[in-house]
Amino acid sequence: MIKPQVIAAYPITPQTHIVEKISEYVANGEIDSQYIRVESEFAAISACLGAEATGVRAYTSTSSQGLALMFEVLYIVSGMRLPVGMTVVNRALSAPINIWNDHQDSMSCRDSGWIQLYAETAQECFDLTLMQYKISENKDVLLPSMVCLDGFTLSHVYEPFHIADEKDVRDFLPDYVPTHAVLDPEQPLTLGPIGFPSHYMELRSAQVRAMEGSIKVIENTFKEFSDKFPVQMKGNRPEKYFHVEEYRMDDAEIAFVALGSVCGSIKDVVDELRKNGEKAGLVKIITYRPFPRDALKKALKNVEKIAVLEKAVSPGGNGPVFEELSSLLYEMKSCAQIRNYIVGLGGRDVKLDHIRKIYEMTKMGVGGRQEWMF
Amino acid sequence: MAIMGLPEEEYFSCGHRACAGCACATAIRWITKAAGKNSILVEATGCIEVVSTPYPETAWKLPWIHGAFENPAAIASGVSAALKSRGLADKIKVVALGGDGSTYDIGFGHLSGAFERGEDFTYVCYDNEAYMNTGIQRSGATPFGASTTTSPAGKESIGKIEWKKDIMHILAAHGSPYVASASVGYPQDAFRKLRKAMETKGPTFVNLFASCPTGWRVDPAKSIEVAKLAVETGAVPLYEIIDGKHVVNPQSKDASKLKPIEDYLKVQGRYSHLFKPVRREKELAMIQERVKQNLQHLIDLSAKGF
Repeated sequence: MIKPQVIAAYPITPQTHIVEKISEYVANGEIDSQYIRVESEFAAISACLGAEATGVRAYTSTSSQGLALMFEVLYIVSGMRLPVGMTVVNRALSAPINIWNDHQDSMSCRDSGWIQLYAETAQECFDLTLMQYKISENKDVLLPSMVCLDGFTLSHVYEPFHIADEKDVRDFLPDYVPTHAVLDPEQPLTLGPIGFPSHYMELRSAQVRAMEGSIKVIENTFKEFSDKFPVQMKGNRPEKYFHVEEYRMDDAEIAFVALGSVCGSIKDVVDELRKNGEKAGLVKIITYRPFPRDALKKALKNVEKIAVLEKAVSPGGNGPVFEELSSLLYEMKSCAQIRNYIVGLGGRDVKLDHIRKIYEMTKMGVGGRQEWMF
Repeated sequence: MAIMGLPEEEYFSCGHRACAGCACATAIRWITKAAGKNSILVEATGCIEVVSTPYPETAWKLPWIHGAFENPAAIASGVSAALKSRGLADKIKVVALGGDGSTYDIGFGHLSGAFERGEDFTYVCYDNEAYMNTGIQRSGATPFGASTTTSPAGKESIGKIEWKKDIMHILAAHGSPYVASASVGYPQDAFRKLRKAMETKGPTFVNLFASCPTGWRVDPAKSIEVAKLAVETGAVPLYEIIDGKHVVNPQSKDASKLKPIEDYLKVQGRYSHLFKPVRREKELAMIQERVKQNLQHLIDLSAKGF
């Protein structure tokens, strides 16, 4: 549906279904893309860099070690302002080697200058992939984007979702016409020069400003998409896409904050808690980069206690979302108590009981700043 | 200055920041002349990238892109694919460029991958036999006996103790339709090979030997002279592998007429430890023997039709 003219990808569990399916589409002539079967993820992202610089839409997908291998080029792609689109099928990082889900891979690329959107459901994976190109290719943004989806939980799941009508998608996301500098013999340009100390900060700050500005573009794109493609299956996506999804937050006193598929389980626990008269709610983060400060400030302004559930951790520090939220609360002069719960690393199940216990601990103020639940 | 037989158009302008006598910069002029206007160049990190593109200036009059040290072959694959999808593949040539550090070492996996896939572009290695941009460190292309900052000659060391990687045959073994070695000492020959590589469909390769007066400790005025000596002594044989068959060029046709290898080694500071304080007879003999054998092997292959 996104019609990338160039696809370059390398297989890695649990992303393999994506490259296999794309291979089938190409083999059966269902899509008209140049598909480069590269020799590594490093080559995949490099080929996408070359393709985008030559003025076409490029797509790649990877997981875990593959994303880690791409790391060097991620910064180059964003620094060169090339709107490459990538699906990250989230998986743990070695060692020990582990093919199952957590968020350590994409979180370690937090600062690479890529927009990051996290999906909870199959429907959101589909929708966000359509939206990521619209956002990335916006002339005021021109930054690459990752849609992050949980390995196995979302990559190997049978779950009903609505596939938008192709004509409407074309309307929403027309064929790509670059408006920025591309490699063209008629207009020779030098892309990727050396930037001395006299210019490096100017270029970096322009990139950072574009990332900050993208928050509005993402918001508008979410709105346009939600209006154009209304919910077809209740509950499998937010009715109106926004940077965060507030679930039963109206009068919530204790809020969970999380990203990705674990939000489904948290919603179930919130429902249960609500039935028991508890004022619980969930703030699901969809847009993680750029960090949606205003949306989070609004969502969390009245809560007393916050439990951040994260599938990533900085050894010697905390979960990345916890750190940023803490600093946001300080800025808000909020006195809310905030705790960091590290869950689901390397595919460990996050059970409803874990979430119930997290609620209990947060409510009673039991345990330390960082607690591991497994 | 026009060189006989080479187009007069210049696509690599003067005013770049290369060292005096840099033969790589000379090589780039010929590469761009061979590529012509309708081409896209993809360059690895290295000397040439650094000296030619201090933002916001550029020496390039052709569309040019640089990503990282190890990935010009992968970026070129993406550029080729994009041109194909835009229906421009037959109109625009893609040329990837890298020094020997990128080509022989850090970018070698990507180069191999692209050649295995049969990508349609020409890869030119400007080979100055060490990591010159970072200050003369040894690479897989550094010859036996050469002193570099990471293989320094010393009381217990004669410089690099490994022989140069045979990149030509490795790439030919990928099934490349055209692989050639050239030297900046022979502009017309190099230009012909570059053109032929660019006109041949599929992944083609030219190893363009380019002297580095700074790294080799040679008088900058002798840059081209030393590149010629490399061929005349057999240190750098000029040959092509066309569809798997060897063609040894006239400059390297006769192993019995080679100048002594010492003529080439003596003029370079990177080999000075082989001559003083004492002559390293054993190593000098080894190098001489190896050079002769190498060339004879190529001549034999060519004579047998391989």
